[in-house]
Amino acid sequence: MEEYQMQILVCGATNCRNNHSSDIVDNLKLELEAFALDKKVKVVKTSCFGLCGHGPVVKILPDGTVYTGVTVEDISDIINEHILKGRKVEKLLYRDPVTGKTLTDENQLSVLKKQLRIVLRNCGIIDPENIEDAISRGAYLALGKVLTEMQPDEVIKIIKDSGLRGRGGGGFPTGVKWEIARKNASDEKYVVCNADEGDPGAFMDRSVLEGDPHAVLEAMAICGYCIGASKGLVYIRAEYPLAVKRLKIAIEQAREYGLLGKDIMGTGFDFDIEIRYGAGAFVCGEETALIHSMEGLRGEPTVKPPYPAQSGFRGKPTNVNNVETFACVAPIILKGAEWFSSIGTAKSKGTKVFALAGKINNVGLIEVPMGTTLREVIFEIGGGIRGGKKFKAVQTGGPSGGCLTEKHLDIPIDFDNLTAAGSMMGSGGMIVMDEDDCMVAVAKFYLDFTVEESCGKCAPCRIGNKRLHELLEHICKGHGTRADLDRLRNMSVVIKDTALCGLGQTSPNPVLSTLDNFFDEYLAHVEDKKCPAGKCRDLMQYVIIKENCVGCTACARVCPVNAISGERKEPHYINPAICIKCGACMEKCKFDAIVIR
Amino acid sequence: MKKIKSPAELKKLRDDLISGRKPSSNADPAPGSVRIRVHMGTSGIASGAAEIFNFFITELEKRNIHGYVIKTGDMGYCFAEPTVEITLPGKEPVVFGNVDKFKADEIIEKYIKNGELVDGVIPANYQTISI
Repeated sequence: MEEYQMQILVCGATNCRNNHSSDIVDNLKLELEAFALDKKVKVVKTSCFGLCGHGPVVKILPDGTVYTGVTVEDISDIINEHILKGRKVEKLLYRDPVTGKTLTDENQLSVLKKQLRIVLRNCGIIDPENIEDAISRGAYLALGKVLTEMQPDEVIKIIKDSGLRGRGGGGFPTGVKWEIARKNASDEKYVVCNADEGDPGAFMDRSVLEGDPHAVLEAMAICGYCIGASKGLVYIRAEYPLAVKRLKIAIEQAREYGLLGKDIMGTGFDFDIEIRYGAGAFVCGEETALIHSMEGLRGEPTVKPPYPAQSGFRGKPTNVNNVETFACVAPIILKGAEWFSSIGTAKSKGTKVFALAGKINNVGLIEVPMGTTLREVIFEIGGGIRGGKKFKAVQTGGPSGGCLTEKHLDIPIDFDNLTAAGSMMGSGGMIVMDEDDCMVAVAKFYLDFTVEESCGKCAPCRIGNKRLHELLEHICKGHGTRADLDRLRNMSVVIKDTALCGLGQTSPNPVLSTLDNFFDEYLAHVEDKKCPAGKCRDLMQYVIIKENCVGCTACARVCPVNAISGERKEPHYINPAICIKCGACMEKCKFDAIVIR
Repeated sequence: MKKIKSPAELKKLRDDLISGRKPSSNADPAPGSVRIRVHMGTSGIASGAAEIFNFFITELEKRNIHGYVIKTGDMGYCFAEPTVEITLPGKEPVVFGNVDKFKADEIIEKYIKNGELVDGVIPANYQTISI
């Protein structure tokens, strides 16, 4: 078999494809053939390099040179200079705008990459069912350091100085939380890990637990040492079976190695962790409801204060943190508060993991420093909107968050900026919507979810959300009036102000933010009785365009309710009174003669 | 395994694992062998990663290739699952996406045997901290 001496990697991701990277691949192959090099040099298509702002990207192996902004015209230079003569093509190298220095290989260029993995540092690298893999990557080193070299107050100071804020949604400073739990004296205290990830489309915590469970266990033990607890509990939903299994194995192995249990690493510190299962109720992500659920009671929230740090699990001081928050702890201890606080924005430090979902090309998990803009996340890392459609909105923070639009794309993502923009950080789900999504229907979808998940304890949430949902349904059916829009807004504000817990206080957010950002769309629904995105079934009408219809009768034959009439070879007509809007005719028509109006 | 009695013992265990004094699946592959990580979180498994994991194990043996296959969590490349990472001795790891049995076969024959890359490479688009 012929051995290839060189390989040329060309980014074939959508972003770069828009910059004609497939032309580059084709032309490279042609030119290589012309030089009879096609048996010596291989062209390989790759997915995104994460350098989309500088695409298309071409990388040459074995020397690892990376060229940016390559065009079809540059191909002959690459072949003549680099491949044949072994000289780098200077003009295609990335030049640092500040220093003017050229960066030649991927290692140097990594500074341009938008993603930084702190929480996900071991995900995809270690075998989560083998503790030695984790140890070889530095797991439990921070615990060892804390137990032998540091006082609890020192550790809490580091966490406070690092600026770490709770990643579950609220953004409360973690160090302060630990300090309060430490100050409340008690014979027994508890450390709880909240792994009840309930936002639709969010899977950050699951991936961390499936990929690197030890990161969480280690941090829980560190927290236990700081607040004076000897018992940890992981509250996880039973619908995450793989995460549960790996967590169990991790706990057993840690005990076996003396990293959990009695006398950890010979230091005399005892800490053990148990798992508590949740049945997947959204409200149990709220810390008081979570604690009640763990106690075997109904998963209902109670008024705070008392905070769990004062009186939590079994009435003892309890510190509840989210999976991702815990996963940040060990690197902070080992690398220092200054290192962590150097990443991010003024008030939000470190990185955040986001789950990209919806109408986006690179669906998946990403971790970026706080302060990265939505545009960078969606259009560079996320690879843009699927099918080349137009971006319409992105929902952050799940059912508690709001929809952000085009005009918000350039705000740096952090806790405060997202709140100011009318959404929230939430746990990190990001659902991207394109021009085909109806925002009234989106608000209704989230209300569907909150109505279903409301525990029913307080009236504003139980009754108010139901009424909101009915109003939205009314509007989507075409029965809404202008006054309904005012009613929607008023009721939303009242629910926000009066509901008992975080679920109810935030559930009207999708309604309010869509009202703010997409008022036109609501107006179209109530005044023109039209759905601009063509999603609301009751507001749309299938119409045959006379000019395009050839009278083939295919639509009339497929219609299940005989709503289509017309002579053969004559334009047909759909009777809106009979039509059930199933869409079968539109699928069947070969002449694009049927449209939705 | 004997219990770890002090943080110093933990550090020693780590050093042994990194230097290869103690065998570790996470260590860089020795000359003539290969390390294959199959990303098997929920989304990987749902896309068929378990089948690919077994395929690599049986095929390496059949084709007399020395190496080890590890299952890990997901990398976050949900758009390209199943994904696998191949590390040849002395080389940077390479991740391939959308791996089915045909792709896995191509990877073994071309990349693992000859170092020849195949379409579907996912370049590392992130930096990772090291501890």
